[in-house]
Amino acid sequence: MTGHAAPPVPDQSDWREPLFSERRLRALLLLGVVLWLGLVVVLPLGQLLAKSLYDGSGTFVGLANFRAYFANPALSRSLANSLRVALWTTALAVPLGFAFAYGLTRTAIPGKGFFRGLAMAPLFAPTLLYGITLIYLFGRKGLVTTGFFGFASRTLGIDAGWDIGLYGPVGIIISETIFTFPQAMLILSIALRTTDARLYEAARSLGASPPRIFFTVTLPGVKYGLLSAVFVCFILSFTDFGAPKVVGGQYNVLATDIYKQVIGQQNFAMGATVGVVLLFPTLLAFFLDRLAQRRQAALIVARAVPLPPCETALVNRLYFAFCSLIALLLLIFLGTALLASLVRVWPYDLSLSLRHFRFGDMGGGGYAALGNSVAMAGLSAILGTAATFGSAYLVEKTRGASALRQTAYFLSMAPLALPGMVIGLAYIFFFNAPAWQVAGVRLPSPVHWLYGTMGLLVLSNVVHFYSVCFLTATTALKQLDKEFEAVSESMAVPFYRTFWRVTVPVCLPAVLEIAQFLFVNAMATVSAVIFLYSADLPLASVAVANMDDAGDTAPAAAMSVCIVAVSILVRLLFGAAAARLSRRSQRWMAP
Amino acid sequence: MKRIVLALAAVLILAANALAAEILVYTALEDDQIPRYMKSFKEKHPDIDVKFVRDSTGIVTARLLAEKDNPQADVVWGLSAVSLMQFKAAGLLEPYTPADGGKVLASFKDAGTPPVWYGIDAWMTGFCVNTVELKNRNLPLPESFADLIKPEYKGQVTMPNPASSGTGFLTVSAILQLMGEEKGWAYLDKLNDNISSYTHSGSKPCKLAGTGESTIGISFGYRGLQQKKKGEPIETVFPKEGSGWDLEANALVKKAAIKPEAKTFLDWAVSPEAMQEYAQSFAVTGYPTGTPIPEGYPAEPTKQMIKNDFDWAAKNRDAILAEWTKRYDGKSEPKK
Repeated sequence: MTGHAAPPVPDQSDWREPLFSERRLRALLLLGVVLWLGLVVVLPLGQLLAKSLYDGSGTFVGLANFRAYFANPALSRSLANSLRVALWTTALAVPLGFAFAYGLTRTAIPGKGFFRGLAMAPLFAPTLLYGITLIYLFGRKGLVTTGFFGFASRTLGIDAGWDIGLYGPVGIIISETIFTFPQAMLILSIALRTTDARLYEAARSLGASPPRIFFTVTLPGVKYGLLSAVFVCFILSFTDFGAPKVVGGQYNVLATDIYKQVIGQQNFAMGATVGVVLLFPTLLAFFLDRLAQRRQAALIVARAVPLPPCETALVNRLYFAFCSLIALLLLIFLGTALLASLVRVWPYDLSLSLRHFRFGDMGGGGYAALGNSVAMAGLSAILGTAATFGSAYLVEKTRGASALRQTAYFLSMAPLALPGMVIGLAYIFFFNAPAWQVAGVRLPSPVHWLYGTMGLLVLSNVVHFYSVCFLTATTALKQLDKEFEAVSESMAVPFYRTFWRVTVPVCLPAVLEIAQFLFVNAMATVSAVIFLYSADLPLASVAVANMDDAGDTAPAAAMSVCIVAVSILVRLLFGAAAARLSRRSQRWMAP
Repeated sequence: MKRIVLALAAVLILAANALAAEILVYTALEDDQIPRYMKSFKEKHPDIDVKFVRDSTGIVTARLLAEKDNPQADVVWGLSAVSLMQFKAAGLLEPYTPADGGKVLASFKDAGTPPVWYGIDAWMTGFCVNTVELKNRNLPLPESFADLIKPEYKGQVTMPNPASSGTGFLTVSAILQLMGEEKGWAYLDKLNDNISSYTHSGSKPCKLAGTGESTIGISFGYRGLQQKKKGEPIETVFPKEGSGWDLEANALVKKAAIKPEAKTFLDWAVSPEAMQEYAQSFAVTGYPTGTPIPEGYPAEPTKQMIKNDFDWAAKNRDAILAEWTKRYDGKSEPKK
């Protein structure tokens, strides 16, 4: 036993380790992340599942609610309707999004910034607005239906009126396509951008024709992005309720059933049951997507070369025409929404007025509601960014504690599978219960005080949009070398200082992106908060739903316009702030 | 010295704020009525802070029933008498006799002693008919329930879902009482053929008629008259057979700590001042006020109102709604 005296390996459970070592602190923080996600995701969801097994008076009935649901043809038809809407929407939005994204990433068309900005516009509005706008275009007295109020027939002598039969599946599918198009476009632009030019070089030098290259290189290269886009479009259109509520007519879908059961009839047990029915296809899509994404990780090429736009002039012109057409349609759509909020008495007195912006005589809460929404969106942005970035940092940059890290990662991704309505419902059950029954013992609920407060609204938003933010943060953090951590450790700099002095500034663009995403989504979302807002805290997006319910369509459009205006303003402010800040914090990236 | 005065003033203001009592009122009154009524209340009681939960009748009713173990509301104001009878049966109400309660007509308050709820106004079925669209389609003005099931109106009629809307329920209840249950359901089957959609709220059919999205909206009188004032081409028709109607009524909610301000509010809500305000919107109020009947209502509004058996309606509400949902809910507009 001479020579090779191996250096003593520090024992993981070394008792000499100080009580509050950095490693322990990190593990403790990670444990905190797991516990917090357990509290705000797992327990409420468990409550929802449990609720679906009990009847209204609290007696355990097993699967009787589900049997009752599927035995009622009016209700079970909704499941088929939801699936049909989701499939059609996916079949329309994904190809449109793909072509648009292709135009923006692979061709040399002018005005890409304009096209991209405009295509994102639908994200700023509550989905109710798509329905409302469609009524003004294609409803019985819509611009298109009446041939611009007979203008076409008077001047051109042709009967140009076109009734598409808006109310029902047609209206829902158009609305959902507009709603999901930007999401598909975004996912596919990222997928199309991250490609390896060397593959195309190889294909061309092997003499492959452009169509052949498209099918053998381009499509396989983005297949996971495509899959993601399909799942996102499917889930969003499957679970959305804003558009079906406005233009669904007599065509019921699952999301509107939940509302009828819970808000219309306060039948929480059946509401929970429909919620679970809504959850299953979504969970399935989620797991399939996760499975696919895991395989993709193994496919990533280490030294990919970016692909410059290299299409022919003809192809460029075609894509320019296509993108212009989509942009034109979106502009008409947005213009109609604005017009709807300004016309005095549609369609009989077309003079313009701002009277629909005076919300005094309306339900919904008017400008106080808008103020509340801004406050809620602001708080969601600040707290949500801190929570998601912090937990992403802990998961990504902690060594060891792998069980905790994996649990935290899984729980952070789980909200992606939860429709807003399911979160809203689960939160009513979880936070409104004044006491919990734990093993037969009645404990006063420690979270009941949150019910009906701004805190719960913010929490529901943070959880609803958690996963996308978490993913954005993780992606940004992955670009940072783990050596930063190692170096600061060896120099005895505590990790929180490195986090604050290095990690956050370097990741600033991602941090701002997350905050902005949270703000815009919190402004527009209806699905979760409509169950949770209280009389003291009306919200703008809920006001849109309530005014539409009362038949005050023009004021509902006006409120939507306010929401879009605030979101655009905030986006512009963020853009300016990001430009300023990144000049300072991103200097290191410059060559 | 100045500083001390200022500080004192600040303390006083803070104290006054702390004293300002707050009550929570559940109501199904119309959004455009509440601000006007509240102005009258605030003049008398500027120190009471009133918060509202306002929604359609069915929603407010369901919400109160759902909260029965932990009631949130202090007062119910202007909610369908049929709902209040259900609350009374469920033991949710505390009897309270408002100062002017004696003035309210016997038929407009709870029959028990002491009465638990007091009616403030009656609202009744009215058809909102868009005259421009009627002319475009060469259709005659419908004058009765019987007219509405004529084939020429196919797809032209909207009506509120009775499960969520009080107006919807009183109309269905009136049809069943006027025609008898068997013929009533047969009529509703035929009406269903002409309905393009059932809406969540009782106002929406009228608003849809106002924009021409529907030609005829089965709604209530006040709504149609109000929209005509706003410049919409709406004619309000009170059906020949008689209108279904319901009372909007008030009651005190039974809970552990009943606030004195809740009683103050109920006193005001049947006071002559409040009644004068209701009379601006409705032809029939809890007791006569001498105010002329608002323009557009029948000259003798009580004759337009059918003989309404509230007991029957309250007892059968759940069964009627269940049957209605089973038959027609496929056409219902999604709620919220």
